Amino acid sequence: MTTPILTVSHLNQYYGDWQALHDINFVIAPGEVVALLGPSGSGKSTLIRTLNGLEPLHDGEITFQGKPVDPKKWPELRQKIGMVFQSYDLFPNLTVLDNITLAPQKVQHRSRADAEAEARQLLERVGLADHAQAYPRELSGGQQQRVAIVRALAMHPDLMLFDEVTASLDPEMVRGVLAIIKELAVQDQMTMVIVTHEMNFAAQVADRVLFLENGRLVETTPAKQFFAQPQSDRAAEFLTSMDF
Amino acid sequence: MAHSGIEILWTGHNLVRLLVGLWTSVWIAGVSLILGLLVGLLFGLARTGKARLVNGILWLYLQFFRIVPTVVLLFLVYYILPRQFNLNWPASWMAVLAFTLWVAAEFSDVVRGALTSVPKHQIEAGQALGLSQGQLFWYVKLPQAWRLALPATVNLATRVIKTTSLLLMISVMDVINIGQQIIEANNQTHPNGVFWSMGSLCCCISLLIIR
Repeated sequence: MTTPILTVSHLNQYYGDWQALHDINFVIAPGEVVALLGPSGSGKSTLIRTLNGLEPLHDGEITFQGKPVDPKKWPELRQKIGMVFQSYDLFPNLTVLDNITLAPQKVQHRSRADAEAEARQLLERVGLADHAQAYPRELSGGQQQRVAIVRALAMHPDLMLFDEVTASLDPEMVRGVLAIIKELAVQDQMTMVIVTHEMNFAAQVADRVLFLENGRLVETTPAKQFFAQPQSDRAAEFLTSMDF
Repeated sequence: MAHSGIEILWTGHNLVRLLVGLWTSVWIAGVSLILGLLVGLLFGLARTGKARLVNGILWLYLQFFRIVPTVVLLFLVYYILPRQFNLNWPASWMAVLAFTLWVAAEFSDVVRGALTSVPKHQIEAGQALGLSQGQLFWYVKLPQAWRLALPATVNLATRVIKTTSLLLMISVMDVINIGQQIIEANNQTHPNGVFWSMGSLCCCISLLIIR
């Protein structure tokens, strides 16, 4: 068996006295697409943010590509773990092209020409080749989110984390963004963890579903099975409430 | 208008004296701003750090200069420093000292405010890309904080320039002080002299700045 990309064992997270996550355990294999589902406040965002160290690790262990994560090494590891946020968070003072090429140049010390060539190629792929010199504020939400995905991809990550990336988009913008993520899954075999409220999308793209409730991992089921016949009552209830 | 009083500008060396006074005000304001902004930048950076003691001391420093009126500051450096600490600088350099300390205090808070106003999401986006602390500061925080700090900095600079009018309190021959002398010397013969000696100069400068 190949080495898992990510292993999470006995993870507990706290905010002060409040325990946000309880004893979370799971393994993600290379090329796997995992959807992290659950009601609001169930700890999905906390969990995905813990996976690249944006939330400090209180208790438990994360291994990345077979090596236990040392919290001091996060800046280095984050090059291999791309993340896209709900609010896009492009740097407003930089053009689209500079947003994408900043980290490859400064963190990975690639040449400007090399970084730009790749950035343009990636922009082409998401249909934004004409917007390389635009500033983020000149783009629509959907376009900005596509740029944010490209910005993460430009670092050649081995794992991508998507934290509710379509939650603040207009419905018509959602499709374009989801299509890109789906393409990454199918064509690039990218390993991904996706937090989403788009159940149809999760059903299409995910190999496996982790269902969280109140900070506990209630269910870990192959996606097909989860959407056809969830194992827990709570998950069944959740799916019914999302389906209207 | 036989006696508009404009001739007092051309009498003797009055115009030259006014311009020399103006230069005094300008260089004191300029040097104080340059030094004060540099020191204030360092203090502001220190205040975004985690060292509690340093934060506390700098906070007290800021409050002191914020609360104490500038006139009192000028008196402190002009009268107390020479007597208690045997520091005998020319009055204009004493003024630079007082203004620099004041600008540093105010600007430290501008810097701190601007840096902490950069949205947390921006920092996280930078972290997620693997940027180091230094790179985060240089490529993410600083360019955004700079824009946030600009209006308050311009505001501070104009306050400093206007406050140079207090320099006459410690006998610095600035433009106000010299204007005052000219007015008083000619008050009997040219009651409207104030209009020309101060008014015309102020108008010219304001128009230049607006342009």
